[in-house]
Amino acid sequence: MADYRPPLADITHALTTVADLQSILATERYSHVDVDTVVGVIEEVGRFMAEVIAPTNRDGDQIKAQWHNDGSVTVPPSFITAYQQYVATGFGAMPFDPHFGGADFPWITAIAVQEMLNSANMGMALCPLLTQGAIDALEAHGSPDQQAMYLPKMLTGEWAATMNLSEPQAGSDVGAVRAKAEPVGDGSWKISGTKIWITYGEHNMTEQIVHLVLARTPGAPPGTKGISMFVVPKFLVNADGSLGKRNDISCVSIEHKLGIHGSPTCVLAYGENTGAIGWLVGEENEGMRNMFTMMNNARLSVGLQGLAIAERAYQDAVAYAVERRQGRAIGAPAGEQSPIVEHPDVRRLLMFQRSWIDAMRALIYTNAACLDQAKAATDPDTARAWRERADLYIPLSKSLCTDVAQETTSAAVQIFGGMGYVEETGVAQHYRDARILPIYEGTNGIQAADLVGRKLSMRGGGVIFDELDRCASLADRLHENPSMVTFAANLRSAADTCRRATAHLGETATSDPATLLSASSPYLRLLGTTVCAGLLAEAALKVDGSTTFGAAKITAARFFGEQILPAAEGLSGAVHASSEDLFAIPVDALI
Amino acid sequence: MNVIVCVKQIPDPASPGELDPSTNQLKRDGKLILDESDSYGVEMALQLVDAAGGGEVSIISMAPNGEMSGMRTALAMGAVKGVLVSDPALAGSDALTTAKVLAGAVQTLGGADLVIAGTESSDGYTGTVPEQMAELLGLPSVTFAKSVKVDGGALKVSRQTEEGFDEVTCPLPALISVTAGVVEPRYPSFKGIMAAKSKPVDTKTAADLGVTAAGWAGAQQAIVEVAQAAARQAGEVIEDDGETFNKIVEFLDGLKVI
Repeated sequence: MADYRPPLADITHALTTVADLQSILATERYSHVDVDTVVGVIEEVGRFMAEVIAPTNRDGDQIKAQWHNDGSVTVPPSFITAYQQYVATGFGAMPFDPHFGGADFPWITAIAVQEMLNSANMGMALCPLLTQGAIDALEAHGSPDQQAMYLPKMLTGEWAATMNLSEPQAGSDVGAVRAKAEPVGDGSWKISGTKIWITYGEHNMTEQIVHLVLARTPGAPPGTKGISMFVVPKFLVNADGSLGKRNDISCVSIEHKLGIHGSPTCVLAYGENTGAIGWLVGEENEGMRNMFTMMNNARLSVGLQGLAIAERAYQDAVAYAVERRQGRAIGAPAGEQSPIVEHPDVRRLLMFQRSWIDAMRALIYTNAACLDQAKAATDPDTARAWRERADLYIPLSKSLCTDVAQETTSAAVQIFGGMGYVEETGVAQHYRDARILPIYEGTNGIQAADLVGRKLSMRGGGVIFDELDRCASLADRLHENPSMVTFAANLRSAADTCRRATAHLGETATSDPATLLSASSPYLRLLGTTVCAGLLAEAALKVDGSTTFGAAKITAARFFGEQILPAAEGLSGAVHASSEDLFAIPVDALI
Repeated sequence: MNVIVCVKQIPDPASPGELDPSTNQLKRDGKLILDESDSYGVEMALQLVDAAGGGEVSIISMAPNGEMSGMRTALAMGAVKGVLVSDPALAGSDALTTAKVLAGAVQTLGGADLVIAGTESSDGYTGTVPEQMAELLGLPSVTFAKSVKVDGGALKVSRQTEEGFDEVTCPLPALISVTAGVVEPRYPSFKGIMAAKSKPVDTKTAADLGVTAAGWAGAQQAIVEVAQAAARQAGEVIEDDGETFNKIVEFLDGLKVI
């Protein structure tokens, strides 16, 4: 595994040229921040992640999180020292409320920090990622006392947090949750039940773990409408803020996984002995709605993990391709073994990764910018327009970036050849680590269902048509550049194809839900790829092509428009097909 | 206790550097970062001031342009103010002129109890500036410090030597050069980075300090030739026949390390 080099120029480009950070900072809401400061912070963050966090990534894979007979869980020792240094930097608090120690920076700047943290060590980054979700939930729904008690130490990262949704019978179907909460009578509740897939549910990286738990109160209605959210700390917190008695939460086991071995995935038993004490967050039966508050950020962060791991795998692949000599490249002197980077098919594998990485970064950072713009806009119509665009982008960011990460990390392994399939080079770790991404935080199938179920109907399809209009007008502008005419034609054609697909699904939505859902995943890929092409086109029009950096951006955009976008357009057939053939073979015959 | 640290801002060693063909000097016109070998001095200064229970750390730097990124890193670590001597006329200055400039910068700050410099910069490696500065400032100089303590107004230094280390005591004020790796430099925190934005950096020219900038023409040093580093020799592979340890001993003996 090569050393991680923080892609500072690419991140700065995504922030300023693609996502127009300047216009976010020009709003009154974020007027306390300026571009130079953001860039200065990002540089120091990059150095920290590369020097302190990235070297721990292999330990996560090899030493792994370990469960012990007394129910304790340990992470690799290097995680602990690196995480303590991360806490000392205070980078995690940047986007949060200044009352609790934050600096109220726009979310897009936190995305830049998270990208580098995840590239450095995705298994470790999950701990702050979950904490960030819990901070969002408590900032929005916690009582002032709960906020004062938990948030300051969660913002620094001194305390970690978890999200407890799943149970054996309640995975994607959260409404099936059975965990119980009984009122004690003093304002607290006794929580009981078993929770599974709890990321960082138990570990020795922080002194305290704050669990947010979904459970049912007595007489709660069935399904998602009867779920409440509770805060259940590992240690009860004394009035002076110090840690008191250990709560009745035990880690029964941790999972043995394909990847992210450094991150403990726990089975937690609540209330097996004296009863686990928790406190209601927000109102009773509003747990699901509270969860949705943080859903956008969490889904965006998982999409970002796809980008982050793709970047790290690409860096390894390039380093290997430059160093490894095999065969003679076209035009190389006889007798010479050429670096494999000189072979066209290896270049293709590299360009495939590189242009997708640019596309993913454009999508994610633009998505974050839309969230910030929506928050900062003072005019309700403007705020709504940004919010709609952000909402449309969320399933695209989550699904597309995590699906593509499978392909790009696989391409990185391919460049290593046999050395990629053995573990010693480290590139296989990225491939394995990436595999969780399309699964957690709402499977990509659920994202696709969200796209055709909720997002397609926003303004009667208008939000999507606006996006496609934007792509079409970018195609017109792109057409004026002679080196971009093919890209321009492809972008216009893809936008038209998307428009037909969207209209078709809009018509099917009510009459034929099975067909709608059958088409959902190919439709997401088609639409997402087209949106990415539009973002790359826009950036290519803005960037200074006379610099090496700018020229590379333009080339990667053109490669995407000419060689990747047309393949996505080919999904049109799957989008327009009926669901008949999916179900034509009886289940018995599938077996 | 007040400490002044000399910090050099250098092109990022992670990016491929380029030589100016007319002078054979490293091009320094782009972004500059804090020389890692100076981050140890900054950290040591912060620790000494902390241990003394009061005082402050200031930084001084000389750069061909107004670039301050590297200085900002030192300020974000905890230094409180800086002096940057930025003067195009200083381009190509030799070590002695650099020492005169930095000594002048020390004086602008009114001196200090201790001046710290790195043993040598990571992009120039002349390794003579600290001693020249000490001479110009009339301060005792201790080189190759690997650990430093202040004890009742005197400086106790463990000084790295080829055989081991010397225990040196010297009166304050003094100037020391510290070796890399002596302390673990802290990473700037988010709060530190934000605070550094408003910390004052005074920009001076050579004339402000009363130094005659001799530039290329007046430099007493010149780079006469630049050559490719020799390609690495292939290593020797020894098959283990059960007696390989003798070969290893022989090899180490040949290097005169045992």
